[in-house]
Amino acid sequence: MNELNELMRKVLWLPEQASEYAASVDHLHFFVFLVSQLGAWTVVVTTLVFIVRYRKRRALQSTVHVEPRAIHEVVFIGLPLSLFLLWFAIGFPQYVTLQTPPRDARDVYVMAKKWMWKFAYPGGPNSTDVLRVPAGRPIRLLLTSRDVIHSFFVPALRLKQDVLPGRYTQTWFKATQPGHFQIFCAEYCGLGHSSMLGEVLVMPPDEFDAWMDRERSSNHPSAQDEQPVSEEGVDIRGNLLEQGRRIAVVQGCFKCHSVDGSQHIGPTWLDLYNARVKLETGKTVVADEAYLTRSMMEPAADIVAGYKAVMPTFQGKLSAPEAAAIVEFIKSLRTDAPSAAPQKGPIYAPIPAK
Amino acid sequence: MPPSPPSEAVYNTPNYLNAEAGIRSWLTTRDHKRIAIMYLVLTVSAFAIGGIFALLIRLELLTPGPTIMDAATYNRMFTLHGVVMIFLFMIPAIPGIFGNFLLPLMLGAQDVAFPRINLFTVYLYVIGAVIAVWGMVQGGTDTGWTFYTPYSTTTVTTVAPVLLGAFIIGMSSILTGVNFIVTTHTLRAPGLTWMRLPLFVWAIYATSIIQVLATPVLGMTLLLVAVEKVFGFGIFDPVRGGDPILFQHLFWFYSHPAVYIMVLPAMAVVSEVVQAFARKNIFGYKAVAFSSLGIAFVGFFVWGHHLFTSGQSTFASGVFGVLSMFVGIFTAIKVFNWTATLYKGAIHVAAPFVYFLGFLYFLMFGGLTGIALSTVSLDVHWQDTYFVVAHFHFIMVGATIMAFLAALHYWWPKMFGRMYSERWALAAAVLVILGFNATFIPQFLLGNMGMPRRYYSYPEQFWPLNVASTAGASLLAFGFLIVLIYLVTALVSGEVSGPNPWGSRGYEWNTPSPPNVQNFPETPLITGSAHDYTDEPGGGEVARVH
Repeated sequence: MNELNELMRKVLWLPEQASEYAASVDHLHFFVFLVSQLGAWTVVVTTLVFIVRYRKRRALQSTVHVEPRAIHEVVFIGLPLSLFLLWFAIGFPQYVTLQTPPRDARDVYVMAKKWMWKFAYPGGPNSTDVLRVPAGRPIRLLLTSRDVIHSFFVPALRLKQDVLPGRYTQTWFKATQPGHFQIFCAEYCGLGHSSMLGEVLVMPPDEFDAWMDRERSSNHPSAQDEQPVSEEGVDIRGNLLEQGRRIAVVQGCFKCHSVDGSQHIGPTWLDLYNARVKLETGKTVVADEAYLTRSMMEPAADIVAGYKAVMPTFQGKLSAPEAAAIVEFIKSLRTDAPSAAPQKGPIYAPIPAK
Repeated sequence: MPPSPPSEAVYNTPNYLNAEAGIRSWLTTRDHKRIAIMYLVLTVSAFAIGGIFALLIRLELLTPGPTIMDAATYNRMFTLHGVVMIFLFMIPAIPGIFGNFLLPLMLGAQDVAFPRINLFTVYLYVIGAVIAVWGMVQGGTDTGWTFYTPYSTTTVTTVAPVLLGAFIIGMSSILTGVNFIVTTHTLRAPGLTWMRLPLFVWAIYATSIIQVLATPVLGMTLLLVAVEKVFGFGIFDPVRGGDPILFQHLFWFYSHPAVYIMVLPAMAVVSEVVQAFARKNIFGYKAVAFSSLGIAFVGFFVWGHHLFTSGQSTFASGVFGVLSMFVGIFTAIKVFNWTATLYKGAIHVAAPFVYFLGFLYFLMFGGLTGIALSTVSLDVHWQDTYFVVAHFHFIMVGATIMAFLAALHYWWPKMFGRMYSERWALAAAVLVILGFNATFIPQFLLGNMGMPRRYYSYPEQFWPLNVASTAGASLLAFGFLIVLIYLVTALVSGEVSGPNPWGSRGYEWNTPSPPNVQNFPETPLITGSAHDYTDEPGGGEVARVH
């Protein structure tokens, strides 16, 4: 089975299968490929047989009038339709899996801009163009763009997600083996589109933990990030959560939103993250990252039941990393958390070094 | 019904080419046949220009780094290639040339319903083409033919003229569609019931419906982009409060049906060619006719399959994925029925039939890769890679251009009364088909490897397949050049073909070749179906397949 997998992968020039998802998608790919080839070549051979068997033997030859029976058209429709629907029945659940990050996935923020990739771990550190992840652990990516649409594409992971300005999209993966895997930008974004490259560096989990530990305890900026992103008013090298609190103060969020559960002009932020929120329209939505970001950028879009549409838009006032920092701060405000007060350390419990 | 030999009276009047002379007589003509010839000259010129851009792109991709141009020029090249090929060739070519020439002949009509509007569409096309191409060359438009926002509304290059050009060409397309729909409804000869309509007419009719319903949405969308770009309104750019994905929904709401505007006319052509060269009535007339309408209908509900990785809801992706399977089914019905038409035929393997085979095979492989792409999870890897590029070139070049060449060879004696060299035609057909495979099969593999589209430079692992693709493209271009040479030569020194060199029983052959200014001296009475090769009065022996 494994040899067959490798053979098909090489015949189709596919890259290595570096995520859990990759192998299952490839198996569907092989199935679709083989069935398509079989079906198409059957038609090709049939036409060739007919061409030889029924070749014209004299000028202006007459032929019999042929009418199909209903059963022929039923077969012509039913056979391909059942195959196509079978493919879909396998493919769509795979897609749903890719769209649904597992609960234990760790977050990494991805910010795309012409023409580079920036990665930020909640609680630090950050990096440019190199995304370090541990093998065997699910990673959720929360992606946004500072300018035009980009697309985060890692062929070896069979992973692609468009990166949009002004909102967050998400995807996830679980890398299966340590290694270097190329990141491409797949959505045309101008002059540097084909050089907007990066790398996913999958590390053994213990090495990753040690690296993370080292980065968080050291104060100096990481070697690959010599240009701090100060022009955005946020230095994502530091503690994202603490910065989120600071930005919220500066932007005046607390004039309307409380962090202790008390009612004010706007809904409280305490326990807001992932809560089910009832809207003025009667719909209920889950307050996830996308909802929180959207509420900052388009406050009038989803008004929470019982509140007035008075919030101004922060479109253009908050950069993507700033919005991300505020979201990260809101996520930390939980009654079941040890303390709702801003934390000093990384939001994940420090992983003990070996 | 065997074609009644054209009467002496008809032969004694001049044909449409010789009736009047001088540029002025062409520029002011309202004859659908002359308008078709003008479309032939214009769209083939556009095809040549678009082809040169394609060759420059392939040359640039011969090596991983810079080869013959810089990144800015490359981005302009693929924009020019896409816009010229889609808006100036693929959409207007077959309806403009063969739709115009044949629709009245097949319906037994003297002309289309609105001859003046028909001429007006040619002028709109020229004005739109000049504005678009001038705008792109002058302003260096670098958005790609898809004009995705907010890139297109924030780029420093000029975008408004090309949008205006596409808008005007869209108007031309709408008017042609309206004209064909009205012609089909009102100008059918006595006895020509809907169930006797040639399949060419059915498919062109379905195309016209899409043109009329979908093109206004394109016009609207392009206007919105122009308004945002020029006046700074926030429609698509989130910095100004717009929605970046809205554009993609609006754009593909037109541009996916537009794929069928390009493919249905090709299906129209091959439905005629397969019957003429197999000397057989079509297998499953109703299935082929109604599947054209089915494609036109379902084609409007699948646009979201271009957005599987855009962050659209998972549920929406599922719905669009399933609906896309149904468009595939309508195409599969046609493929099977064309194949079955060969059964018990008398097959004559001439150049148009070779192109029919090319069309059939490329449509099948290209279509199946389309189904694979709408198998949602597989699209995640393939989206925006060369796999998609190869897929739609299999449909656009593989299917539509093969059908275009089949049409050109089949109806060349009809249009000009001259035969081309059959030997050269077969040689060129083989070259074109081989060159096509060599160009685009490597691109499928590049897509599997993960090479994104619109890449000016690429990592070394993609090099060998890019070399293969460029080599194939030069073979393909060489093939097209040979076709051009022997067809033009045939105009001057080709053998006079006579009224019906193929012995075809399509209705359009019931006129002299080339036809006279007045198509029919008296309105014909239709008593049987087209392509009846039984030679028995009243339809002859009916055999059923077992």
